Amino acid sequence: MSILTLMLLVPIAGAFAIAFAAPARAYAIACISSAVGVILGVLFAFQFEWTTGATPQLGTFIPLLPDFGISIRLGVDSVAAWLIVLTQALQPLCVVGSRTAITERTRTYYAWLTILQSAMLGVFMAHDLIFFYVCFEFTLIPMYVLISLYGSTNRKAAATKFFLYTFTGSIIALAGLVYVASVAAAQSGQWTFALDQLQQTARSLPLREQTWVLLALLAGFAVKVPLFPLHTWLPLAHTEAPTAGSVILAGVLLKLGTYAIFRFVIPFVPAAVVEHADTIAIICIVGILYGGLICWVQRDVKKLVAYSSVAHLGFCMLGMFALNIVGGVGSVLYMINHGLSTGALFFCIGMIYERYHTRSLEELGGLAARMPVWAFFMVFFTMASVGLPGLNGFVSEFMCLLGAFQSGAGRIGAGATHGTLGPWYAAVAGVGMIVAAIYLLFMVGRVVFGPLKEPAGHASHDPHHPNDQHAHHGPLPTDLSTREIAVLAPLALACIILGVYPTPVIRSLEPSVGVAIAPAVELLKNPASPGATSMSGPEVPAATIVAHEGGAQ
Amino acid sequence: MIDLLHTALAADLPAALAAASPMAEKLRYLIPEIILFTATFAVLVTGLSPSASIRRLSAAISALALIAAGLAALNTPTPPTALLPNLIPFSKVLIAAVGLLLVLLVAGTVDRDFESAIDRGTPFDAIRATRGEFYAFILFSLTGLMLCATADDLIWLFLALELTSLPTYVMVSISTARTRSQEAGIKYFFLGALGAAFFLYGFTLLYGATGTTLLFGNADVPGIAQILAAQLAQNGQLGALALTGLVISMVGVGFKIAAVPMHFYTPDVYEGAASSVSGYLAFVPKAAGIITLILLASTVGWTASAAGGLPEPIRVFLWVVAAMTMTVGNVLALLQSNVKRVLAYSSIAHSGYLLVGIITGPASADAPVSQNGLAASLFYLLCYGFMNLGAFAVLASLERSSRRAPGEEIETFDDLKGLCSTHPLQGWAMILCALSLAGLPPLLGFWGKLYLFTSAIAAGEILLVIVMGLNSAIALYYYLRLAATPFMERASGGAALTYTPSPTRRLAALLSAASVVLLVPFTWWLIRESDRAAEFRPAQPARAALIAPLPASAPPAAP
Repeated sequence: MSILTLMLLVPIAGAFAIAFAAPARAYAIACISSAVGVILGVLFAFQFEWTTGATPQLGTFIPLLPDFGISIRLGVDSVAAWLIVLTQALQPLCVVGSRTAITERTRTYYAWLTILQSAMLGVFMAHDLIFFYVCFEFTLIPMYVLISLYGSTNRKAAATKFFLYTFTGSIIALAGLVYVASVAAAQSGQWTFALDQLQQTARSLPLREQTWVLLALLAGFAVKVPLFPLHTWLPLAHTEAPTAGSVILAGVLLKLGTYAIFRFVIPFVPAAVVEHADTIAIICIVGILYGGLICWVQRDVKKLVAYSSVAHLGFCMLGMFALNIVGGVGSVLYMINHGLSTGALFFCIGMIYERYHTRSLEELGGLAARMPVWAFFMVFFTMASVGLPGLNGFVSEFMCLLGAFQSGAGRIGAGATHGTLGPWYAAVAGVGMIVAAIYLLFMVGRVVFGPLKEPAGHASHDPHHPNDQHAHHGPLPTDLSTREIAVLAPLALACIILGVYPTPVIRSLEPSVGVAIAPAVELLKNPASPGATSMSGPEVPAATIVAHEGGAQ
Repeated sequence: MIDLLHTALAADLPAALAAASPMAEKLRYLIPEIILFTATFAVLVTGLSPSASIRRLSAAISALALIAAGLAALNTPTPPTALLPNLIPFSKVLIAAVGLLLVLLVAGTVDRDFESAIDRGTPFDAIRATRGEFYAFILFSLTGLMLCATADDLIWLFLALELTSLPTYVMVSISTARTRSQEAGIKYFFLGALGAAFFLYGFTLLYGATGTTLLFGNADVPGIAQILAAQLAQNGQLGALALTGLVISMVGVGFKIAAVPMHFYTPDVYEGAASSVSGYLAFVPKAAGIITLILLASTVGWTASAAGGLPEPIRVFLWVVAAMTMTVGNVLALLQSNVKRVLAYSSIAHSGYLLVGIITGPASADAPVSQNGLAASLFYLLCYGFMNLGAFAVLASLERSSRRAPGEEIETFDDLKGLCSTHPLQGWAMILCALSLAGLPPLLGFWGKLYLFTSAIAAGEILLVIVMGLNSAIALYYYLRLAATPFMERASGGAALTYTPSPTRRLAALLSAASVVLLVPFTWWLIRESDRAAEFRPAQPARAALIAPLPASAPPAAP
């Protein structure tokens, strides 16, 4: 059994074990399952050949429906590998982070949280479009349960909205994928949903059909990202979800959308992507600015961070549609970094919410005086999110903007690559960085610094207070407990490492990104070549990669 | 034992009969129906027995007869003239399998008060006992359904359809003691009669256009299929009379499958009937309608238009009906608060999906399995049979017991609240069936929808697929509610739910829900079987001399 299969099966087994175990053991089993996941993740990282990261590795093939060419076809390239590592790493933190927050129906909670991991890993590993779709859709059920059972007051509406938005979009995406498969079947007489074969077919479609396929796929994936104006489910879902739910949502689930676009849109329909990259980039920029401005007026800390995700993922998509190596690598790096820093911010906010039962900026203030350790982490992750040089957010944000800046041959001198964006895109999107700095620092300034302000009725935060209505929060100390520090510290460490020395990650990502954008780059270089059937191989000239390494520093 | 049965029935007796009379030759193809028909009289008699244990045999006899009929269907010869020869065994086995679950489901629907009165000492009164009739009606109706699949004549088809439906009118009326059921029965009967009038009128026009009631013949004894094929070969298009006849009969058959514009009765009837009988109505008449539609469509074939496919007017007609049916069903289901009404509208919507495959039709023989739309419809009918029955069975297996009204049916979303904690198995059965109906991967319903998607897209029906996709998304809203209510909500304080006294209903729910999951690994096999069942041999045009001396393109009939 390959390690990929094992990684998929362990959470499933764990979830069933939790579902049938005694409720008191649920947490322990979830811990064990996620710990095994981490061990497998480490083993996987050693087995994976990072030097040849562009070629899918560790493949597994189990036929399911031979008449339709549907099978469980797994394979991992370096982009997927990093996202798998991220998923495996976040899982134990989410489990541990839920220790005190979830006190009722623990079995249900941990079982769904654990099985969610399996579905997300499946998306990153899938090299069969139907298997991908099954996993992509299956993530909805655990998330629906997590939000609608364990969320805050408005949870039902939030969960339903989340489910409906994503399901509607992905059904249209499925129609697009099946259409491509039907064209492939008409050509070869044999149905298949294998990624590489459909990729070849999709590329050979004429521009008009590629555009329709692009629209159908974006309908599914852009909802998940979420791209403006399809983002309206996100703030609600984030705000209402339990802490670990928000962390998974921000950390990995949104990345399913960006990853799907990276894997199934950019290499699939290069002609349409090239044709419409500028439109999509403009939508991203609108999202960046709109998300930022909305954050500015939020009074709910969690909602603020949720809207900041809309803006952040705008950067991520902008880098991707720059269609050059710098932008692409920056975009993938952004997926990882956003998972780390925004996930951590949600943890921080969750810790406050557990103590004060409010997230309102009006009711909280100057908490540094009360909780210095928490304040340190809050400020730290905010800085990572803002893009302070030296922390992870800066690297990826800069690379995305650089990619957008350089994209657009002939418009600017040295360093320009083929693409349809240009300096103006980067400049306008750059304003988004300033806005982000304003709202995030404003939030930190209110919550962490300034005069101490705690919600009424909570003035003496004394665990032994006789009138404490929230008895089960008794074990929580005023400042962070060791468990909570243990959740945040690894994230902080990862933020520093990725901020100071991201080169190995960037190196490993470059070939994969090169393969993904190669067809589009080919079209940009030879705009005359129609249909793009001439894509002989996925190799990217090494020179292209070397030329833009500088972008990282 | 089966072999014995087989030799006795398939080889010797009918062969001897066939030698005696040409009419009797057809009996060879009807062994499953004969088994069911015989059992019908057995249950009529056992149901009237003063001994309670013999009365209870009725259900067992019905179940055994269905098992025997299903096994017999595997070995029964099919008429040589049939254009879809493999459809006959496939649909009969499917009918027997789902029929078996239905027999489990309807247990204890009638005579509950009567039987408990007898247990308390009231003397048995054969006049008041309805158990025998009830099971006899079920078997009659299933016999009619199987006869539909074998039909090769318009008269036969009409009688088979009516044999399927007439018992259900009574079943609805006697399913509960309330007046609501009688109202539902009357409504169902009158609208059913209207539907019957429609397709009978369509049949007469078809007869007028072709001069025969035989559906499928051969080049020497031409049936409607052969004559229409000759018309097509001669004129390149169908005569207006034949077209009108086909369309009007399809409108009429639309009543059976609850397709727009003949769907109005569905929610009222399903709500008025007992949940068990509603579950029955949601499958049996629908299967009859779908099979009839397939037979009617096969008379013109899916090679009629230039692009391959049904003749353009019929295709457009079915297209509009399919799109309207799924949209009307799903949108109106959103507005319901009664679970039975939701399921009724959902069954309307599913009829729309089923029509998609009939529009697409079987692909050419060398095309991949995944492009066979007719197979997709048949496979979807199978999926629908299990998952929909499961949802009704969950409702039917539970009741609300208050002192004022013992054994009241559950039918609102409130009743389902907290089902997963009070009755975990039933709760999870409901969740699985609802999610499968919604088409959520990886459950059975998803593969059914995917098959419809692939075949329709391959046939170029992209707009219809988009309509279907959007409908699936709309439908998700109420299916999600159906799935979430048992799991998410706490039980409300009302009267506690208890199981109905018939344990087989629980079994039916669990079996259906289990099949929604456990059949998934066997999807490939089921799909291949559906593909085999959908093998279509286009009719050979009748020789010109044999066509009745009617003008090839008669002026349109003035209705």
